[in-house]
Amino acid sequence: MRLINEETIEKIAVGAAVLGTGGGGDPYIGKLMAKEAIRKYGPVRLLSVDELKDDQLVVPVSGMGAPTVTIEKIPSENEVTAPLEALEKVLGRKVDVVMPIEVGGINSLFPIIAAAKKGLPILDADAMGRAFPEAQMVTFHLDGFKPSPVTMADDKGNTVVIYPKDGVWSERLARVLTIEMGGSSSVCDYSLVGSDIKTSVIPHTLTLAEKIGEYLLDHKGKEQTGIQKMIEELKGYRLFEGKITDIDRRLSGGFTRGSASFEGIRDDHGRMFTVFFQNEHLVAKEGDRLLCSTPDLIAVLDAETGLPITTERMKYGARVLVVAFPCHEKWRTRKGIETAGPRYFGYDFDYKSVDELQKERGTCID
Amino acid sequence: MYRLGVDVGGTNTDAALLDPYLRVVHTVKVPTTTVVEDGIYQAIAKVVKESEIEKSNIGYAMLGTTHCTNAIVERKRLNKVGVIRIGKPATTSIPPFTDWPQDLRGEIEAGSMIVSGGYEFDGRLISQLNREEVSRFCREIKGTAESIAISGVFAPVNKEQEQVVAMWVREELGDIPISLSHEIGSIGLLERENATILNAALMTTGKAVINGFSKALKDIGIEAEMFFSQNDGTLMNKTYALRYPILTMGCGPTNSIRGSAHLSGLKDAIVLDVGGTTSDIGVLAKGFPRQSSLSVNIGGVNTNFRMPDILSIGLGGGTRIYEINENITVGPDSVGYEITKDSLIFGGEVLTASDIVTRLGYAFFDRTEQVKHLSEEFCNRVFEKMTEMLEDAIDQMKTSSKEVPLILSGGGSIIVSTSLKGVSEVIRPPHYDAANAIGAALGQVSGEIERIYSLSQMSREQAIQDARKLAAEEAMKAGADVNTISIVSVEDIPLAYLPGNALLIQVKAVGDLGINKEE
Repeated sequence: MRLINEETIEKIAVGAAVLGTGGGGDPYIGKLMAKEAIRKYGPVRLLSVDELKDDQLVVPVSGMGAPTVTIEKIPSENEVTAPLEALEKVLGRKVDVVMPIEVGGINSLFPIIAAAKKGLPILDADAMGRAFPEAQMVTFHLDGFKPSPVTMADDKGNTVVIYPKDGVWSERLARVLTIEMGGSSSVCDYSLVGSDIKTSVIPHTLTLAEKIGEYLLDHKGKEQTGIQKMIEELKGYRLFEGKITDIDRRLSGGFTRGSASFEGIRDDHGRMFTVFFQNEHLVAKEGDRLLCSTPDLIAVLDAETGLPITTERMKYGARVLVVAFPCHEKWRTRKGIETAGPRYFGYDFDYKSVDELQKERGTCID
Repeated sequence: MYRLGVDVGGTNTDAALLDPYLRVVHTVKVPTTTVVEDGIYQAIAKVVKESEIEKSNIGYAMLGTTHCTNAIVERKRLNKVGVIRIGKPATTSIPPFTDWPQDLRGEIEAGSMIVSGGYEFDGRLISQLNREEVSRFCREIKGTAESIAISGVFAPVNKEQEQVVAMWVREELGDIPISLSHEIGSIGLLERENATILNAALMTTGKAVINGFSKALKDIGIEAEMFFSQNDGTLMNKTYALRYPILTMGCGPTNSIRGSAHLSGLKDAIVLDVGGTTSDIGVLAKGFPRQSSLSVNIGGVNTNFRMPDILSIGLGGGTRIYEINENITVGPDSVGYEITKDSLIFGGEVLTASDIVTRLGYAFFDRTEQVKHLSEEFCNRVFEKMTEMLEDAIDQMKTSSKEVPLILSGGGSIIVSTSLKGVSEVIRPPHYDAANAIGAALGQVSGEIERIYSLSQMSREQAIQDARKLAAEEAMKAGADVNTISIVSVEDIPLAYLPGNALLIQVKAVGDLGINKEE
């Protein structure tokens, strides 16, 4: 066990933006909230999965809704802890440990606020190993666990308990409630005991986010040493370096869908690339050739600072480095690919791992 | 009517006179003075005298100034601000001034409070205002606060609560300057609130510059209508500038790009401003500088201001050249303004970029004697390297592989080759060293809005139509001639993770001052 302090938060926020693969919301607000909470209530204990006892109750705490709403209507501490308290009432027992449902984006930091305020430890693990847009896209769902009961709260003091039959229904019902609540809410779902948690979560992901943050914050200029270290750590690949020549965004089913076109610069001069996104970056191509696709991770980094750029912040003319990382093996199973593979997001091709694709391309860095 | 443009820079105060057809009549340069008004007065007096233009023919006077930026960066001449955020119970986890540098916060904060209220993204009320909370806060800060900043959750969507609270504050505290967030920034509460607080802190400084300009004109006997340059290259009138001094931030690079554009007659080009130490590259698109996608940090504070997208590289007229074991290194250090002392051509001992181009016969034709000992082959290699650096930087700023024209400005631009890869032609217009003042004089006026529309009651087209109308109204308010207003940009971004069909629409409208069509 070790402690999360304000400095740790700075690093986790950067790493979470990388693992957020362009989505999951800009962690800036989450970072300020978490730092403020730690200033007020003291550092938070980070519990590794091995330290977890089988009968301890572990509860993921997350925010749902539009990041654009969150940066305006910043959640209060009470809004973050309210679903936790509601769940304790429903289950008739105290929560022992909180955890992030996803390590990507603002949700990596949400449970830290709850942990600080409630004096609870936070688990060094999550249920995605990245960010995904829908509530059923979690390892718990892949492993057959049910989300119910799901508790939700808003800024106005409303709390709701729902008992959805599965992860897909949980997503549908919670999403509608979130809109009524003003576009953002806080949620507790998939509350499980330690013995179940151990079989299903992706371990060490907060530590991983922290490490990525450490590398990138240390990144200096064009040498890209921080990025290189991060790629090695994640067994990832440098896909290309380019500048954005076109951005196409459309509204569709509540998600920002679209694509960004890139013209290669420096080593990739003269080549053309495209990244397709639906809140998160999902597919990267060179011309017609597939470079990487969901559930593997694609991150767009500012070429100069090395810091990640969200899909909302991608602008015409920006110079970027695009990197890819393999997802956790759970996402490469049949159910994993069914839940979060390219076909689920409406792309008409089968999933092929980034490792295979890069071997074919012959530019493997490792 | 003639136009007078004045640019107050860190080193020089420039003035330019433009005739009714926007042709440059005359430009002057005087040193910037500690009491800024003195420099402004001297520059105006000089340009009027030397050009021999009748004062009564000057109808418009425009000022571009870095004064407000400097006040924040130097933490000087700032007002004490009382901050009211309308948002309780939401937003309480991050109080105002979080993430500010402590010294700046200490300089500005008179007190802050989060009061009940706020709106949802679709304009629905979150909670009612509470008069007692506002009154209590006003009593607390009475006597210390010189200025008030008010920011409300989703105020860009619904401004009513901000206006009501402002009214209450006036009833409690009398005639105190009040800055409202919905008039200053866009979605993103913290950044907008920060900008609003900075604006409130700049009331006295802004007033001093504005009145100084006013007084200088009056003392010289010019009865022109006054305007002030904003960061987007457009102008605001005196009333507006007095209320929103922060909008003058970053007008320098914008005016430089716009001025260069005007001098060259181009609307789409790359602008390369070479000084002694750096080369700054900006992009001119449809007559305006391309904006950076990053939010701007002013004196350590995050704001949601947009600034021109500028790429700076360490190559200027005074850049030092090194040769170590056959390897050539260009900079990044420079002799800077000491070039007239340290470089070889001026009798010094340091090899600089200017010496290289002189040896090759591109500049300082009367000083070739001082550099004739340099090997021509060596100088050619250095020049090639310098050219490559510029070409690479220019390429990074371009958005397509098509060749584009390049406009040069700045005294250091003698080091730029007349033929560059990716560049169709290199243009060095006359008066290029006063591009900032000329850019200020040229200004049009604009109106901008950004808000979230819920598409449950209207179509996307209707929403955009509404936004266009509001932007045009804003431009009119800022002083644009209604007949010349056109919409220059429309951007709509769907809100991620929300299936409720909510759309963020940004529209910008621009119009002429109603005189002297540009073409």
